[in-house]
Amino acid sequence: MTLRSYVTSRVLLMIPMVMLLLTLVFVILRVIPGDPALLHFEKGVDPVVLAEFRHRLGLDKPILEQYFDYLVGILRGDFGISMQDYAPISTHLIGRFPATLELSIYSMIFAVLLGLALGVKASKNYDTVTDHSIRLFSIVTYAIPVFFLGMVLQFFFSIWLGWLPTGRRFDAHWMPPPTVTGMYTIDSILAGDLFLLVISVRYLILPTITLGTILCGIFIRLTRTNMLETLRMDFVTAAKARGLSDGTVTYGYALRNAFLPILTMIGIQFAALLAGAILTETTFSWPGLGTYLVDRIGHRDYTAIQGTVVFFGILVSMLTLFVDILYAYLDPRIRL
Amino acid sequence: MTNALRIQDLTVEYKTRRGVARAVDRVQLSLEENRTLGLAGESGCGKSTLGRAIMRLVPHPGQVAGGNIYINIDDDIPCKKGDIPKGEVDITGLNEEQMRVLRGKEIAYIFQDPMTSLNPMLTIGNHFIQMIQAHNPEIEKEEALDRGKEVLEGLGILPERVTDYPHQFSGGMRQRVMIGLGMVLRPRLLISDEPTTSLDVIVEAQILEQMAELKKTFNLTMILITHNLGVLAQTADDIAIMYCGRIVELASTENLFEAPQHPYAQALLLSVPDVTKPNKKLVWIPGAPPDLVDPIPGCMFNPRCPMAMDICKTQVPPLIESETGGLVACHLYGGK
Repeated sequence: MTLRSYVTSRVLLMIPMVMLLLTLVFVILRVIPGDPALLHFEKGVDPVVLAEFRHRLGLDKPILEQYFDYLVGILRGDFGISMQDYAPISTHLIGRFPATLELSIYSMIFAVLLGLALGVKASKNYDTVTDHSIRLFSIVTYAIPVFFLGMVLQFFFSIWLGWLPTGRRFDAHWMPPPTVTGMYTIDSILAGDLFLLVISVRYLILPTITLGTILCGIFIRLTRTNMLETLRMDFVTAAKARGLSDGTVTYGYALRNAFLPILTMIGIQFAALLAGAILTETTFSWPGLGTYLVDRIGHRDYTAIQGTVVFFGILVSMLTLFVDILYAYLDPRIRL
Repeated sequence: MTNALRIQDLTVEYKTRRGVARAVDRVQLSLEENRTLGLAGESGCGKSTLGRAIMRLVPHPGQVAGGNIYINIDDDIPCKKGDIPKGEVDITGLNEEQMRVLRGKEIAYIFQDPMTSLNPMLTIGNHFIQMIQAHNPEIEKEEALDRGKEVLEGLGILPERVTDYPHQFSGGMRQRVMIGLGMVLRPRLLISDEPTTSLDVIVEAQILEQMAELKKTFNLTMILITHNLGVLAQTADDIAIMYCGRIVELASTENLFEAPQHPYAQALLLSVPDVTKPNKKLVWIPGAPPDLVDPIPGCMFNPRCPMAMDICKTQVPPLIESETGGLVACHLYGGK
């Protein structure tokens, strides 16, 4: 199989998966008890207002027609309109997504780097105090709730030491950098403004460490286990016997071969990261998709919930596809 | 003649949960330059561990518990952490970096299973580049690759295949690549651990022939570890028979096959089929080797030995000169 046919088959496989996801979201939101329109209003709403409301949202159409409109809409990038202000949900998503993406990317980098470093260290010091301490650390961080760690860090670094802000994304006294990507750190760099970069980084540190630490446990364990396996392999010993340096053997031979399962986990964890973002974003008042979703759930804004969940779903499928392709690129045995 | 390798009182132990297993027990061995020593014995007799100990690559949890290993070096070898002077060097006293410099450059090691001895993520060419640059960082990639191609061509592999990955090669070709990697820096000493065990008989014959040619061309001193006495009959100048971590007999190949001295060597030879004597009756050795964690006193072979005497149960026989000019460790010959 060539790389091209591999990629094509992956892309084609994604289509039924996304269809299934879209259908599931649609069905679930409609089979749960309660009329979304009625739930949205207080008791005793005027039937005329209610009918008008249903009509604007398309809830008065037959269910199959709603389903069809929904699918066609998503194909065109239209996620429906919000019950709150009748504004397109895609506008909200585009406005909020960069914040979530920025936090997710930095947390993932933090988690993967820390996970790889500690995992490699543990595997090379197998069955020593270092190894056991790192394993304990990975279990503790894996088990600790996001908001708990977040609040501990907030208490320590923001309230007690006063070094970092407790929450939000940017200092209220300053204008954020002009929007290009919507990610403040990158926009600051693009604008060439070091001052704005420092501000955005300061606001990122605590949420990144919180989310990254929670995530790194699984990477530590995975790296350690896979490294223990590859370190025992013949080609690692053979590489040592050829006089390759410890660094080349550890990273170029053992870690490189242990990396594929870790890469898969990065893809899977990115999905978990987006879900985790809901808690982290709430803890740090981070104005991303997570807080948006929580806010919409609070207002029983069904169309917005549907749109956000679908957006998350498509994002995760694309990520999985990306990881699959990267997999093939990295492992010559899959490429062929 | 100078000794390329001299081993004194070498002891290697594996610390297992059940206790300490002495895989190599006070082995004395010297090997003259340009000779091939066959190291034979059944599985678990310590022959591979002895070979690995010479590379200082005894697998975890094994470690050299005592003794010295001297190798002879022609020229001073520069090393970041202390240059290695020419002459006889005790490698048990070298630091890790000094040892790394020696591995691959002075001593090469070829492993049993060529299918797993190459890094699946690297092209064959990159194996050569890394190997050469690990010892000569000043050599450019292109030049290193050219040297690799040259060596491969000498071994009958098309030079353009350097861009291929290990999984695109057959077992025999991979073993040739391993030999090529072993030879590219012109080491003095080549240790090969069952290099042909996982190959079929025809490929085995080809590989052995190529190794014999290389030995002539590069004035190699070789240690060939195998349980296959037939292979040794073709290739070795001398043969050392190991049993339970001790050398029980050392003789020239001719003498060993003509007049084996030690009862174990005699029994071993009787158990080998001979194509020229199809009617030869094969004799097996009753019993099994003793548990190395709980060793028996005296000669380790005594419970299985047809000629065992009282002294065999209490005293370890020393390695003494035999009638045929070799060495033997058996009380049958001690009396003179």
